[in-house]
Amino acid sequence: MSSRRPRSRHSTGSSRISDDQINELVSKLQQLLPEVQNPRSRLGKKSATKVLQETCNYIRSLHREVDDLSERLSELLANADTTQAALIRSLLTQ
Amino acid sequence: MTSDHISSLRNPSSIKTRFAHRFVLALKKLSMDRASSSVSMADRYKRYRKVRAAAYASMASSVGPKRAWARALLRKIRNRKMGSNLMKRLGSRTGLLKKRTVLKPRNHREMGSEQENSLRELVPGGEGMEFYRLLNETGHYIKCLRAQVKVMKNIIDLYSN
Repeated sequence: MSSRRPRSRHSTGSSRISDDQINELVSKLQQLLPEVQNPRSRLGKKSATKVLQETCNYIRSLHREVDDLSERLSELLANADTTQAALIRSLLTQ
Repeated sequence: MTSDHISSLRNPSSIKTRFAHRFVLALKKLSMDRASSSVSMADRYKRYRKVRAAAYASMASSVGPKRAWARALLRKIRNRKMGSNLMKRLGSRTGLLKKRTVLKPRNHREMGSEQENSLRELVPGGEGMEFYRLLNETGHYIKCLRAQVKVMKNIIDLYSN
């Protein structure tokens, strides 16, 4: 195995990572996506473009969820009285 | 501690525990800070930003330095925090200060597809990665985001009863 192959800095056909490896990662991503129950979609592989698109949408929705939950937590923090603070403290000492 | 770190990479439930612990500690600190019960819009917004930053920072810390997205996320949060602290002291002169170092991407394959570029923007640290690495980091990032959301929901449930 040649260990002195110069690293290519440009995108050419001869990348070090094979297309198969890329496809493997893409299908792993597909498995992470929430399943859409659509009788018209055929089971199995989606195109890489579709998977990436849905991945972006999914990440955006997760970010929005974090935003929303942060806001709710922030309000709860503001309204918390000492009883609740004690509850949190007791959770930490378990 | 190392085996704990390695197992946490494959075992998402221990990530949840570590994240929950760090995050609750951060929340406790926030709740003890000065005017945490202020109702002014500005203060509410600041508090919300702090809670959100604490969530992301706690998750990134729990993941550890082995994940590029975690390192990038922590860097971003710290830069933002430093930037806002400087703003308080220097007022209008902070426009000249560079808050972020932009890394020149090496070895990143420019497919130039719209989806790939969007993904690079969404995943912390995604700009400078090889496509293969980007996909890898994305998978892990999504798993951790999901865990983060679950824990945050649990904390809210606990807190509001």
